[in-house]
Amino acid sequence: MFGPLVIKPSKSKGDKTGSWRVKLKPKFLQKNCIACKMCILICPEGCIQGKEKNTYINNEDYCKGCGLCAQVCPKADIVMIEEGAEGEKK
Amino acid sequence: MDSNPLFKPGHTACAGCGQALAARLVIDAAGSNTIVVNNTGCLEVFSSRYPESAWNVPWIHSLFENAAAVASGVEAALIYLGKKDTTNVIAQGGDGGTADIGLQALSGMLERFHDILYVCYDNEAYENTGIQRSGLTPYGANTTTTPPGAKSIGNIWYKKPMPEIANAHGIPYVATASAGFPQDVQRKVKKAISIKGPKYIQIHVPCPLGWRHETELTYQIARLAVETGLYPLIEYENGRLVAARKIQPKPVEEYLKAQGRFKHLLNNPEQIKQIQEIADNNIKKYDLKIQG
Amino acid sequence: MKEFLEGSRAVAEIIKLCKPGVISAYPITPQTHIVEELAQMVADGELNAQFVNVESEHSAASVVLGAVATGVRAFTATSSQGLFYMGEVLYNISGLRLPLVMTCANRAISAPINIWNDQQDSVSLRDSGWIQLYAENIQEAADLHLLGYRLSEDKSIMLPVMVCMDGFILTHGIETVDIPQQEEVDKFLPGYQPLYKLDPAEPLTMGMLADPDYYLETRFAIQETFKDVLKMLPKINEEFKNHFGRDYKDGLIEEYFTRDAEKVIVAMGSVCGTIKEVVDAQRAKGKKVGLLKIISYRPFPYARVYDALKDVPRVAVLDKAVSPGAYAPLAIEVKAAFFGKKKSPKVVSSFVAGLGGRDITLESVKEIFGKLTQKEITLEFIDLKPELLKEEYGQ
Repeated sequence: MFGPLVIKPSKSKGDKTGSWRVKLKPKFLQKNCIACKMCILICPEGCIQGKEKNTYINNEDYCKGCGLCAQVCPKADIVMIEEGAEGEKK
Repeated sequence: MDSNPLFKPGHTACAGCGQALAARLVIDAAGSNTIVVNNTGCLEVFSSRYPESAWNVPWIHSLFENAAAVASGVEAALIYLGKKDTTNVIAQGGDGGTADIGLQALSGMLERFHDILYVCYDNEAYENTGIQRSGLTPYGANTTTTPPGAKSIGNIWYKKPMPEIANAHGIPYVATASAGFPQDVQRKVKKAISIKGPKYIQIHVPCPLGWRHETELTYQIARLAVETGLYPLIEYENGRLVAARKIQPKPVEEYLKAQGRFKHLLNNPEQIKQIQEIADNNIKKYDLKIQG
Repeated sequence: MKEFLEGSRAVAEIIKLCKPGVISAYPITPQTHIVEELAQMVADGELNAQFVNVESEHSAASVVLGAVATGVRAFTATSSQGLFYMGEVLYNISGLRLPLVMTCANRAISAPINIWNDQQDSVSLRDSGWIQLYAENIQEAADLHLLGYRLSEDKSIMLPVMVCMDGFILTHGIETVDIPQQEEVDKFLPGYQPLYKLDPAEPLTMGMLADPDYYLETRFAIQETFKDVLKMLPKINEEFKNHFGRDYKDGLIEEYFTRDAEKVIVAMGSVCGTIKEVVDAQRAKGKKVGLLKIISYRPFPYARVYDALKDVPRVAVLDKAVSPGAYAPLAIEVKAAFFGKKKSPKVVSSFVAGLGGRDITLESVKEIFGKLTQKEITLEFIDLKPELLKEEYGQ
């Protein structure tokens, strides 16, 4: 007989840590982006994706709103807005 | 995000966690042909809570102090199976699990020359159990077991020189890295993986909770540690210092005042001077100052 | 093939035949010869294994844990302090449901330091989730390792096995041992087929955190699996008999003249050989005495013990370990076998002997039979030297 023993990663969807956000969330302006990929590199969740310029976006299911992406963007193309404010993700 | 990331989002690290960031950078750089052995600590706890796991590579957690020893067994098994050449082995843990309780196992692994990369995520305290002091807690830091008070300025001991201790084992590659320099982390991991034998990389990772700073400052604070000379970014190859990131040194006070764990020192010029001395010694020892 | 071998050498020979891929151990008397023999076999190219010389027992157990987790059969051996040092890793291995065989060369526990035989070490680890099998002689010690791998790696079991052999007495004693041929061993013990392993082709997370919503079932599963071990040991021993000719019956206990006995001693390990000699001598004089040898201490075969002793009026349990502040560890299990049952011995007396390597002689055994009277003895130390004891310190 076996109880809980191993976790198969394919079966694990992760917690929806987007629900942790309280005050702020990032808004990807997608205007002056140079596709430097710093936001992708710096996100502790790894929940940002994008390829060409101005295609970068976070995944709100997982984004904890830490604000690091906004801090590192060299073009200030990511801003932190209030959770529940008007900006919507594309 | 990557459709099949090796370190998946949905883990329960604190927002802005430097260790989560670094762990993701490390496994991305190492690639999917990697077996990871993890010590007990923040990273292990927030990434492997049944039934969820953030790891898309084979990953095992055993105990607090034995990642290096378990990894030695994994490596030996891979050699026996004839698979070592196509499989990377990473043993990783926090500063406590590496420099304190895990020092014996690490030393044995290095001395026996196993083909393993050991990564130490240095957030400078036992953060997972509630911010207690470790052998890598820096001088002056406020931790729950070295709290400042009428009779104490906080942690009175200096960081154990783990990179030098690792280097003294005569291993091919030792490096320090920082969450403030993410591409450098990946470069060093890739370089280490390409070398056969034991490697040691120590990554400075700010902890917003334990260091008491805002979550979005993780990157900046990590950079400040490097830019003040308090956390030199160096590389040893076969015992020789081959690289050190040059800096235009900033005064340590800039780094200290950004974090709550040094708040109690800000009115204490004596102590700030002590810490500046640590930085100055590093700058001298590793020749960190940009010339000209 | 029968050879006159030192116990440690016999164990090394059988381990060689089991073909572990990784061997890792840390030296401690009296386990050293086992590992040294294996090191020589590896050095001579007779055994293709990775031999990892570690810096502590904690790491030795961790290395074999890592190896088995990667899908490779492994082996380690230790004693006494080493067993305790690797203690937390042992619980880890059983909790991770990894198969493994380890020799425990039973030795006394510090303080004071004592390198000679008793069973305090393995008995103290009885809750570790390891199957514990005790050997009476060198042949049994060797055979139990082979049986151990077969049992441990069974897909319905996947629990580690500790083969306990009395330090010095069996490890350094020399007896005639029948070491089987490789072909026969291969038929009895196939290669290790892991249920789960670390493999980039199929990523798995092992050693996860299980919060209160998930932990309880892991322990229940192990408890239930030990019941399966009680059923599996007789089956495997039957197979063993067919392959190698040696009959250990159910592999749980050995009933030596217990059926019509009026007095029986229950014991584990090499002392059973001594007790058998006394039983033989007394039976020759017409006295109805017997020995119940416990082979499997974990899982403890309560039903078999009940069945063997329910009609025996007087039972003595000989412990080579203590549980300070409580009944002796083997005695309490034997007593528990009868609780709530219709039949039971009239007397179950408990004796502690042999601690720290104090010789258990034929005389000591006769003394125990002599002390098995109507009066039940709660716990008595045999061969105690009162001159070494003082009521107050400094007298």
